[in-house]
Amino acid sequence: MKAPIFDYEAPSSLEEALKLLQERGDDAKVMAGGQSLMPMLNMRLARPALVVDINRVAGLDYIRAENGHLKVGALARHTDIAKNADVARGWPLLREAAAQIGHDAIRNRGTLAGSMAHADPSAEHPAVLVALDGEIVVRSSRGERVVKADDFFVGYLTTALQPDEIVTEVRFPALPARTGSTFIEFAPRVGDFAVVGVAAAVTLGADGTWQDARIALTGVGGTPFRARQAEAALRGKRPSADDIRAAAASVGEAIDPESDMKASARYRRHLARVLTEQALATAAQRGGHK
Amino acid sequence: MAKSKSIRVKVNGSERLATVQARRNLADFLREDLALTGTHLGCEHGVCGACTVLVDGEAVRSCLMLAVQAEGHEITTVEGLTTPDGEPGPLQQAFWDNHGLQCGYCTPGMLCATAALLKENPHPSAEEIRERLSGNLCRCTGYQDIVESVIAATK
Repeated sequence: MKAPIFDYEAPSSLEEALKLLQERGDDAKVMAGGQSLMPMLNMRLARPALVVDINRVAGLDYIRAENGHLKVGALARHTDIAKNADVARGWPLLREAAAQIGHDAIRNRGTLAGSMAHADPSAEHPAVLVALDGEIVVRSSRGERVVKADDFFVGYLTTALQPDEIVTEVRFPALPARTGSTFIEFAPRVGDFAVVGVAAAVTLGADGTWQDARIALTGVGGTPFRARQAEAALRGKRPSADDIRAAAASVGEAIDPESDMKASARYRRHLARVLTEQALATAAQRGGHK
Repeated sequence: MAKSKSIRVKVNGSERLATVQARRNLADFLREDLALTGTHLGCEHGVCGACTVLVDGEAVRSCLMLAVQAEGHEITTVEGLTTPDGEPGPLQQAFWDNHGLQCGYCTPGMLCATAALLKENPHPSAEEIRERLSGNLCRCTGYQDIVESVIAATK
């Protein structure tokens, strides 16, 4: 189908964009990469009166490592993330996740910040942000606020973003030394939406104990699922393969997924268990676990 | 507030000026306004890859980009992959020689996606070709001959 008729503005400054949203935010949609909004427009699932295209706003396409955080501006594309040297060095988890989003043509346009704002329940980046306890910087003409990942994702395609607000920056804390991480997902074909995906990071102490374990899943509910119970079961221990398997099994129990045309709830539980076990083993091994 | 806008875009090397509705996607702009019907639309929501074109040399779904967003950018379509006298370019010839197409519907997207891949990596492995073209659906060939065509084009 074709997109419905809408007013279109492509402001060259953030202030102008925020002013447009202040005036017409209830009827407006912000467009960054457009890889989620364009399909919704074409299928007329979204019918905004106004599209505010922020692609002409200068200075929003940055990716920089600063004060122990990776700061990603609103217009940094998935391809930029996947190719960035700072990301490769300090945030390999993010790099691995970015490479699994869609296909080349999608990654060349789609933005990380847009993925957060859209909050697709099977998206990769939101799970990474939740796993790392990241933050989202949000601006409106009323000012700026910083929202913790856990508070940002509210439900299916729903975030804490107000109609007059724009996500301007996404912040990922750096992980300590001796941390291994991975993002793995199951999709029927390379580039398809994940049925279930797991972000995992394991930090080892000098003596080989797991000082920290972080696990977040996508595709198992309306928002990313942080498996805190399983994390707690592994923290401070030197888990055996059986311990890891038991923790992963507890994740399969803890989630409450829905059945849809892609997978039954039962299959999602199975994938959550299997992928969590694989992800923990891989992350731990990369962190130096023997 | 504007529902349409004048744009200047370079398409296959030529400057084009047009006034387009904001809702016009790049694919429809190319096909309807510029009569470049080589770009095909399959699903119109970013799944099939048939409408893939190059924007500043990078593969992009032209159904997922507004024509107004192309302002100031350089677009290459399948028509831009020919030789200067309009004969099939080397990539197109390789698809022809190796039966890389049957009905031809997906072919413009396959060719543009391949052009972007080969620019980045002139000698991809068969596995990489499969992965990089995984965003382009073909319902005729079973893909084998497409992969063979790309490999032939790298020789």
